[in-house]
Amino acid sequence: MAIQTRRSEDGRTLTIKIEGRFDFSTHQVFRDAYEHGDQEVIHYVIDMCETTYLDSSALGMLLLLRDYAGGDTARISIENCNNDVRRILTISNFEQLFAIQ
Amino acid sequence: MDEPLPEKGPLRVLIADDSDSDRLILQAMVKRLGHDVVAAEDGFAAVEQYRVFHPHIVLLDVMMPRMDGMEAAHEIKALAGEVLVPVIFLTSLSDAGALARCLESGGDDFLPKPYNRIIIEAKINAFNRMRLMHRTLSHQRDLIHARNWQLLQEQEVAKRVFDNVAHTGCLNASNIQHHASPTSIFNGDVLFACPRPSGGMHILIGDFTGHGLPAAIGAMPVAEIFYGMTSKGFGCGDVLREINQKLKRILPTGMFCCAAFIEADFHLNCLRVWNGGLPDGYLIRGNGEREILTSNHLPLGVLSPERFAAAVDYYRTEPGDTLLFATDGILEAENADGEMFGQDRLLEALDSAEEHGSAFDAVMAGVRAFTGAHLVQDDLTIVALEMVEEEALVGLDNRTPPSALRGPASWDCSYSISDRTLGHFNPLPLLLHICMEVPGLRRRSGEVYTLLSELYTNALEHGILGLPSDWKSSPEGFGRYYAERERRLASLRGHRIEFTLHHRTSRDGGELRIVCEDSGPGFDYKDLLGPDEAQARYAGRGLGLLRQLSVSLDFKGAGNQVEVLYQWDYSEPRSQG
Repeated sequence: MAIQTRRSEDGRTLTIKIEGRFDFSTHQVFRDAYEHGDQEVIHYVIDMCETTYLDSSALGMLLLLRDYAGGDTARISIENCNNDVRRILTISNFEQLFAIQ
Repeated sequence: MDEPLPEKGPLRVLIADDSDSDRLILQAMVKRLGHDVVAAEDGFAAVEQYRVFHPHIVLLDVMMPRMDGMEAAHEIKALAGEVLVPVIFLTSLSDAGALARCLESGGDDFLPKPYNRIIIEAKINAFNRMRLMHRTLSHQRDLIHARNWQLLQEQEVAKRVFDNVAHTGCLNASNIQHHASPTSIFNGDVLFACPRPSGGMHILIGDFTGHGLPAAIGAMPVAEIFYGMTSKGFGCGDVLREINQKLKRILPTGMFCCAAFIEADFHLNCLRVWNGGLPDGYLIRGNGEREILTSNHLPLGVLSPERFAAAVDYYRTEPGDTLLFATDGILEAENADGEMFGQDRLLEALDSAEEHGSAFDAVMAGVRAFTGAHLVQDDLTIVALEMVEEEALVGLDNRTPPSALRGPASWDCSYSISDRTLGHFNPLPLLLHICMEVPGLRRRSGEVYTLLSELYTNALEHGILGLPSDWKSSPEGFGRYYAERERRLASLRGHRIEFTLHHRTSRDGGELRIVCEDSGPGFDYKDLLGPDEAQARYAGRGLGLLRQLSVSLDFKGAGNQVEVLYQWDYSEPRSQG
């Protein structure tokens, strides 16, 4: 498991790319990925193109990011999910809270 | 590294050698290093000195009269037990076999003669370090043992408390099959079932994020609310809203409960299902057809009360239909190769329901066959509910024992709700609560609730909303009925329902008179020829139930007022359907 972050040129979009299993072992690294960003970030992109699996504690971590990014006003997109990941997000109806593409 | 047990000051060193000169030389050297020394002239004396002196380190000559060094080492090691007392042999032997025998007899090292002060100091220090490390490890091991034992004791007590709060309710009912791991208290799965006062039941199956104590703690308020509100007569929407609000408030962000809530009505034979985050559930019809009960809500504890949606899906059922829900433990059950059971195998198992006797047995057999001897997963929770005729369900009633308190005997009360409150507030729990203040009525809560609820439903759905009850007799009409109910409720203006309750006691019991009046147009009850017509015209099966439970039932006014007289005595109540 590895997490990579990338800022857009204007500094307003933070892309967090998660490789491998996204589960409780990722907890601290995932938090570090967005908590050290500065206030300019208004849009978060979670890139799951290389995420193989997602468990319920990962869903919890997404909720923590959502809270951090302003709760109901947070702008977070989840992109490039494979079928398994997509299924887990759909069962929990997370499309009501995140833009899943 | 931290040294939890500091060892300061000189060591006690036992030296045993039958050669006076060798012994005196070594004694002098060790003393000069700052240690306390006790000397012995042979192995036997060395063992005696060990008992009295409890040295930290023992230096033994190999060949001694009475008892040689190897035997003495053996005895000293036995006396020392778990404590590490390094034994170093003093020897001029150079034969490898003899040296090896020294170590095999329990010695830790040897010191060659003639003595070298630097080597002696280095060896004593090295063995002291080893001795201290051994002592630290033993101490920590004992501490871990003690803590672990304490933790297990605490968990044992916690589990008793948990089991009292989060008991399994009516999961033992004849139409429920379930599997919940015995260790489920610390895996975060919950499975509760509770009879409703009017008959029927609520079932909650859920899965908290995370494991261990935090998940178990989250389950306690869920159980309290679920059992408390259900037995007071609240419907599934109210119970769900309350649980969600509570979890949202007490759980940290990121922790929530994926759950399905089932309200089963065996009288109308229908199901209301809410699924927030659990894998697909299935409604398996008598002919084997399946309907999929997909999660269409966020899990409990995620959304604020304002955004939470408690909307349920209605399913009209027939006796013999089976509902099945499981937590993701079933889909994720692994075999020895680390493969997961998965959706396809689950559907295959459901296809073989007939040969296994039930969908539940088929799924359990499927999972067992797949995981083989590997079935140790502790988060595997599954429940199946068979729809039955109301009469077939016995032994469910939730009777409270007679109370010693006298409670109110003569009382009257009038309560009305109007306008939009009719659409979003259920007055039945409150009215039931008032009636339950009478100890004699408490044991008949099911009957009283049924009276109140039939009167209220009739007044609202037929009296005010004007919904025709015969819609409910076909599956399409059933859905239409509830859709239309929602639609008409949303635009309700200028209407009210009033309940008036009168209670008096007599020597052997008492009577409760309930008048329910609605603001609807009523109907011409005087023209009706007999009770059969009234039943057909007014309220479907509900009216029959009212007549069965009460002494008398009268329509008044324009037909928008119903009066029911209910009598009770101290005998055993009729068994609830």
